[in-house]
Amino acid sequence: MVNIILYTALGFVALALILTIIRFLIGKSVVDRVIAFDIMTVTSIALIGIISHFTDRVIYLDISIVYGLLSFISVIVIAKYFEKGL
Amino acid sequence: MKFKNIILSFILLFVTWMLLNNKFDIQIVGVGLVVSLFVSFAVCSKCEIFSKVNVSPKGIIYFFLYFFVFMGELIKSNLDVARRVIAPSLPINPGIVEVETQLKTKIGRLVLANSITLTPGTLSMDIKDDKIFVHWINVTDADKENATKEIVAKFEKYLKVIYG
Amino acid sequence: MEYIEIIGAVVTLIGTIFLFLGSLGLIRMPDVFNRIQTGTKATTLGTMLTLLGIGLIHLDWAGKIIVLIIFVLVTNPVSSHVLARAAHYIGIPLTSKTVVDKMAQKPAITVKKGDKLKEED
Repeated sequence: MVNIILYTALGFVALALILTIIRFLIGKSVVDRVIAFDIMTVTSIALIGIISHFTDRVIYLDISIVYGLLSFISVIVIAKYFEKGL
Repeated sequence: MKFKNIILSFILLFVTWMLLNNKFDIQIVGVGLVVSLFVSFAVCSKCEIFSKVNVSPKGIIYFFLYFFVFMGELIKSNLDVARRVIAPSLPINPGIVEVETQLKTKIGRLVLANSITLTPGTLSMDIKDDKIFVHWINVTDADKENATKEIVAKFEKYLKVIYG
Repeated sequence: MEYIEIIGAVVTLIGTIFLFLGSLGLIRMPDVFNRIQTGTKATTLGTMLTLLGIGLIHLDWAGKIIVLIIFVLVTNPVSSHVLARAAHYIGIPLTSKTVVDKMAQKPAITVKKGDKLKEED
């Protein structure tokens, strides 16, 4: 029962990732692409959380913490580059 | 004043370390105590970010009240976003308005800007001294006083007690 | 014992539905700032609810889940705020439905650089 509901949840996460990739590809402006990237990483944190339930390994949550940290810093650096240059 | 900064940052670091490790072992507690004491003395002996935080019982009660108000606003804002995204006609009326805050400290303004970003239909864009520029998805009133009353006032009465 | 696992799974499902709605808003909204709005709000609550559901299923993982939830709650608004300011600074145009723009009335610091970036795009 629990696994059936969580597989449905994985389907929704996959749809969300596909939509963000579409926005990443069609873009139009560079900020659109950065937003799509940011939302993709935050969605991936949730995806890693669900996968850590299926594989039953707590170490994946550590990976998602580091992943979130790297994505946060990269977004800050890109925005700073837009405003002032490096 | 200096010791308040060190003690608060020490508590923050140590609680984070214990939550990440998730077990009470003598070695883990010892390493956490030593390292977080060293880091909080080395980094936070000059910083002023926690100086104005109110840690009296009244401040803590207001912190929990603020937390529940904030969670309610977060859920409300998500239902609002869902309604706007699903509706076929895309009911938006966006604009950038200017609001004013009475908070003086840096950390208070940081928390206020984060709260504005997560409440229904608003996104804080820039802070200049005590003015915050807010992107509002459904502008009902572009006037400064009315916008302040509608966006900022519900958080400010709690944050004024906690962060001064 | 089993009920709490089913509650956790349902909370996770609700969170992923919010994630899906956020990325749908990313496709449908007309300009950058509205996309940032829908994206940030929906993904913050969506990720928080998803991780909370996983934490209800595995109660012994609660510490890391709490750290991760607080981390997402603090950093996600900051990155969206920084991106919105950068987008307005380099002159990304607002949608035609926009009613008022109070930020455009203040004097820009270096106008030349922003104009150049806008043309290239």
